[in-house]
Amino acid sequence: MIQFRLDTRSGVPTYLQLVQQVRQAVRLGILQPGDQLPTVKEVVGDLAINPNTVLKAYRELDREGLVEGRRGLGTFVAEGSPTPPPDGVKELRTSLGRWVAKARAAGLDDDAIHTLFADTVSPPSVSRVA
Amino acid sequence: MSALETESLGKRYGSKWALRECAIEIPSGSVTALVGPNGAGKTTLLQLAVGLVRPSAGSVRVLGRSPRADASDVLPRVGFVAQDHPLHRGFTVAETLKLGRKLNPSWDETVARERVERLRLPLRQKIAKLSGGQQAQVALTLALAKRPELLLLDEPVASLDPLARREFLQSVMEAVAETGMTVLLSSHIVADLQRVCDHLVILSHGHTQLVGPIEEILSSHRVLTGPRADPETVARLHQVIRESHTERQSNLLVKANGHVYDADWQLHEVDLEEIVLGYLGREAVLS
Repeated sequence: MIQFRLDTRSGVPTYLQLVQQVRQAVRLGILQPGDQLPTVKEVVGDLAINPNTVLKAYRELDREGLVEGRRGLGTFVAEGSPTPPPDGVKELRTSLGRWVAKARAAGLDDDAIHTLFADTVSPPSVSRVA
Repeated sequence: MSALETESLGKRYGSKWALRECAIEIPSGSVTALVGPNGAGKTTLLQLAVGLVRPSAGSVRVLGRSPRADASDVLPRVGFVAQDHPLHRGFTVAETLKLGRKLNPSWDETVARERVERLRLPLRQKIAKLSGGQQAQVALTLALAKRPELLLLDEPVASLDPLARREFLQSVMEAVAETGMTVLLSSHIVADLQRVCDHLVILSHGHTQLVGPIEEILSSHRVLTGPRADPETVARLHQVIRESHTERQSNLLVKANGHVYDADWQLHEVDLEEIVLGYLGREAVLS
């Protein structure tokens, strides 16, 4: 079971924050296929948010195939979700730790490390809104 | 179906209109925030909805019927917690709940007991001795044990500290999750509303300024910043809610009519509080 948290200053819509936290928990292996998500009432009682927001998040996750609702039982992480084995994550975390240590030794501060990492994962595409 | 619907609804006290030409629809199952400064007409609207006052103009329908003409049908299905949650201060919690049980034919004792237990409300304590948060929870228990289809809350959290405020809203949201009831709550604390509500009504000086789903409101409003300019070209396409200018820069809050494409302006998203303040500030300037 996971517990959601809200960052009210992030500007990210509440339902999306819930979606992202489930995605992240599945990717990191904290949630495994068959694990149950908190019930709508539990989330609502915990965070004091609108139940429709939780329903919307769960619908979105269901649409993505990451979770499945079982009538009368609750919402569960779907079988076949892309969960890495916990060992695999551990190994990656260790090697990333080594990389971070190397970056610090090279004189990069936290901001620079974050930027470099984000930049490598998803190179920025040029966009203009106005 | 709408849980609450008004048409050209107005209420006049003497020569002063407390509410005028109010046309809103509160969808069933929604949690709607009624926002506006003191004296905007929020309490009047809620009192009209429960038939406490008679409309001077127009009509209000609650759960499809008139709250005054069909009072015996409508009122048992509506929960109402008035401002400052008035309770008999000399009654104990147990006596207060007994009163609720005697007065309400649809009273659900299980709902009342579960809440009292979970919130650890002291049954033998006098209401006057309870904290503000506990008094609010007792008042909410009275309303929820009716198993209402529509719950009306007038400034329910204004007098509460942040923790009690959170606990109160948690209680309301849990009840919504369980029963799917419709909630209309008035407030001037905007920060709480964004996480709790899905619809918004902005009221000011007796007039509705904006009505709609919060998601739509957030996606249609933008702040434009750019070099000092006349907002005239923008105003031709979009509704300018508020404008402010410095010597070199202009700042516009707009309700966009579709996408905003204008190379002269930088576009920023806005949060609910900024939108609400924009509308309220505008009215103050006009009047």
